[in-house]
Amino acid sequence: MIPRHQKILFAFLLLASLAMSAALWHLRQRAHERLLAGQNSAPTSAPDVAPTEQAALLVANDSDGSILTQMHSLPLPADPGARARAVLGKLLDLYAAPDAAHPVPGGATSVTQVFLLPAPEIPGAVPAAGKSKIKDSKAVTNLPRESFARTPGTPSQDALQGSPQLAVVNLTRSFADNHPSGIETELLTVQSICGTLHATLPRVTQVRFLVNGLQRATLAGHADLTRTYLAGNVIPSDGAQP
Amino acid sequence: MPARRTIWNLLVAGSATLAALATTAPLLAQPAPPAPQARFVVVLDAAHGGDDTGGRFANNQLEKSFTLAISVRLRSLLAARGIQVVTTRDSDTTVESNKRAEIANHAQALACLSLHATQSGSGIYLFASSLTPAAPTRFPAWKTAQAAWVTRSLKLEGVLNSALLNAGMSVTLGRASLPALDSTTCPAVAVEIAPEQNANHETTAEPNDKNYQARVAAALSAALLEWRTEAR
Repeated sequence: MIPRHQKILFAFLLLASLAMSAALWHLRQRAHERLLAGQNSAPTSAPDVAPTEQAALLVANDSDGSILTQMHSLPLPADPGARARAVLGKLLDLYAAPDAAHPVPGGATSVTQVFLLPAPEIPGAVPAAGKSKIKDSKAVTNLPRESFARTPGTPSQDALQGSPQLAVVNLTRSFADNHPSGIETELLTVQSICGTLHATLPRVTQVRFLVNGLQRATLAGHADLTRTYLAGNVIPSDGAQP
Repeated sequence: MPARRTIWNLLVAGSATLAALATTAPLLAQPAPPAPQARFVVVLDAAHGGDDTGGRFANNQLEKSFTLAISVRLRSLLAARGIQVVTTRDSDTTVESNKRAEIANHAQALACLSLHATQSGSGIYLFASSLTPAAPTRFPAWKTAQAAWVTRSLKLEGVLNSALLNAGMSVTLGRASLPALDSTTCPAVAVEIAPEQNANHETTAEPNDKNYQARVAAALSAALLEWRTEAR
């Protein structure tokens, strides 16, 4: 026979443990929401100590599958790796905007690092601009290569000379997981990243992708991320937009 | 004794040769039978499946279901026209991209279509491999096996484009690097079905629309019939 006071004590302890569990769960949820809110409001602009410069961004558009050159003023650090990350951050910020023509959630924080390495000779490299866009059989006139290379805001011809570089773009897993799935939309993201890197750093001729520091088969089920993409072949569908 | 046996063996061999010539001579005199026509096999690859759901559409619908539905519909249309069809999956099962390419390569097909669906963009997207065309080699690398077939894949893409345009659909041509596509040794094109839009950019049909799927399948079937005559 259990004494009555022990029954009362047991019931009280049970209620207390349940109440504490509920309180802990509530606190955990609040902390999680704070964390997500903090991520959304994370600073996305490049360091403001760097001088503001014009940068050419190759911005994708889902409606017609085109990639257009847009000029943007943003602080660009002198270090090439940080410079590459800053322009890609701006590009992904454009895609994360509510009215984006190529909506991709994530923003600037989706690019963790950009490593610049000497470019190896790769016979099986895939042209990033392998797409020759033809809408309704009407050929889109692509700009000649020279006009793309001399887009205002890009470094001078002297900077084009030098050993070619391989850029390794390390993306976050959440960016890849939340990227819209589809051949077209994934290719547009890959091509615009490759083209923007080449426009900012003309020595970057090859681009590889990592996700959370690891190789991943595809971006969101389609675009092959195990290959090396040739960045120099990305040609915008239209001229530069001042 | 050994010399006698050798002579005996020579006599037996000679008579056997004469008998063989006597039996084959009438056959050689006859005209050769017509060579059998190269079999026309089409591989339909319903992308994704099983754990790989592909894209997620409105109302929680999945790309893997649409691709399978179009594959089944297209297979029926082609089979009704006497075309041999090999599919990479007939149900909601996981098939690795390498396995898909293996199935296509073993089938020795004259056309391979990888079927996809997406919610972004509009119309039909056709993608051939973005590999640089290369001469065929005896032992091609697995990841670039399609390089020797890119030229024919581009021709197949053109035939598909014409048929889809004739069916009144908006078509965008492109080149893409897709794991399953780049490892196939046949004319291969990825077909991605996006929502259909009118001139005012209003969506008139989603990829899950049965009527839209039927029109796409009919156009692809017509294209493959034309490709059969071109491929022979």
